[in-house]
Amino acid sequence: MPDSIPADSVGLVTTQTLHFDTPLNLDCGRVLAEYDLVYETYGTLAENRDNAILICHALSGDQHAAGYHSMEDRKPGWWDTAIGPGKPIDTNHFYVVCLNNLGGCKGSSGPASTNPQTGKPWGPDFPIVTVHDWVNSQARLADALGVGQWAAVIGGSLGGMQVLQWAIDYPRRLRHAVVIAAAPNLTAQNIAFNEVVRQALRSDPDFYDGRYYEHGVVPAQGLKIARMLGHITYLSDDAMRKKFGRELREGKISFGFDVEFQVESYLRYQGESFVERFDANTYLLMTKALDYYDPAAEHGGDLSAALQGVEAQFLVVSFTSDWRFSPERSREIVKALLDGDKTVSYAEVEAHHGHDAFLIPIPHYFDIFHAYMERVAAECER
Amino acid sequence: MKGLRPDLEIISQWIEPGSRVLDLGCGNGALLEYLRHERDVDGYGLEINPENVIACVRRGISVIQSDLDAGLSDYFDDNSFDYVVMTQTLQAVHYPSWLLQEMLRVGRQGIVTFPNFGHWKSRLQIALGGHMPISRALPNEWYDTPNIHLCTLKDFEQLCHKLEIEILQRNVVDTAHRTNIGTRLMPNLLGEIALYRFQHN
Repeated sequence: MPDSIPADSVGLVTTQTLHFDTPLNLDCGRVLAEYDLVYETYGTLAENRDNAILICHALSGDQHAAGYHSMEDRKPGWWDTAIGPGKPIDTNHFYVVCLNNLGGCKGSSGPASTNPQTGKPWGPDFPIVTVHDWVNSQARLADALGVGQWAAVIGGSLGGMQVLQWAIDYPRRLRHAVVIAAAPNLTAQNIAFNEVVRQALRSDPDFYDGRYYEHGVVPAQGLKIARMLGHITYLSDDAMRKKFGRELREGKISFGFDVEFQVESYLRYQGESFVERFDANTYLLMTKALDYYDPAAEHGGDLSAALQGVEAQFLVVSFTSDWRFSPERSREIVKALLDGDKTVSYAEVEAHHGHDAFLIPIPHYFDIFHAYMERVAAECER
Repeated sequence: MKGLRPDLEIISQWIEPGSRVLDLGCGNGALLEYLRHERDVDGYGLEINPENVIACVRRGISVIQSDLDAGLSDYFDDNSFDYVVMTQTLQAVHYPSWLLQEMLRVGRQGIVTFPNFGHWKSRLQIALGGHMPISRALPNEWYDTPNIHLCTLKDFEQLCHKLEIEILQRNVVDTAHRTNIGTRLMPNLLGEIALYRFQHN
């Protein structure tokens, strides 16, 4: 709980809901006849509406990117370090929008929400949505908010993929694209991790083929194991060693299967707290959106061709110890942009935190991010 | 635009307006910014130092954080640029000969500047002092220097000959970046900094 709201916080914020009843055609061939999107906004939209920033969240993120919902909140939004007065995404200059993506579990239509046709939770019947579908739904939100063109669309990891897709699908609707710790598609190894996640979820006896809502249970074990696996891959070997080493909780080994090493304790805690805040069907959908993402596929695998029509200027950032979305993958994006003579800057940040680095205010990373966003702000004020 | 390093000013005169330039080891982006304003040049910089990368972003220069020792093939196809520039960096890379060829792979012409190890003060310090030279152009001790591939004008020109590189223009100046009668008559002895523009034969 914050005793008082920090000066560089956006303060108390509320989630808002918009209902859309124009059908949305999805990549899977199905149609969402109507849906809700929940979102938050920080800062003020300028009169000429040119200072809007869209934040795209990653796998387990949501619309609550910054500030506090109440004075009882233990923690601020998931990207509070980056969003607020004087921060890289400076709310003194920008109007910031962050939404929960379709298929999510924080208020936007998803597996846990009610299927209007049956009156029951969607569960496994919620359509599988793609990054492309998300971007289309985000464009509708932009229309509803009166934002014709984003000053920048920004995201890390799966969020970065949405940014890339924005630049491809709506080249004139964003001036800048900030793509952090992302990749133009997943490697086989990444898909493999996602498959282990899915198996963990689906093999939980409480999963009931995704209809666990109707049984009044959640596949807690599956969620927990899935999150533990995720966490291991989001950190680097080095980061785990630095954080936990071989430290024991009780100071000595006990020749049993209870928690002994600190790292076990940490993983179990992460797993358990995830159960409370996340939905298994949403997790499944997010991993599928990740696996399917491949904008180059329509162009015979040629990413440069996929990015040919891009008009936004790019900042691409990667982290040296990120092995899930490695610098090599970011370089592919940079190379493809350079092939098309696009405007792009690229920073490869020295960091030991693994993939998680994109959420951590590492000085070099935030300095570049901030410097870039100052340029974006200066353009708005011209 | 004030305070541009004089060697950069000389280089900018060599670059045709409206051309595409890649600046290897672009530092804080001063040359590219100058070229963009004064010569309508479009370009990218490569830079390894994080502080410099930030400085470039602040100036609005497109910069790619990258190690020159890894070459240019991660990013650039053949013949992508009119000029590939590398100032005061050739002597600090691991594979100068390979990098010169990389420059002419991705660019039509190359431009380099480097401190001339054949300057009389360097020669004197080795010949009479018996120690590695320290000067305004080469301020570091031998054990603590990024300059691992120092060469003289003669060395550089011999390498160009070997690589079938044609030298189009040469300018040799003192550390204040002035040309004088000495640097013109006996460049390898009296020039402290060498500037070259070159292309494939």
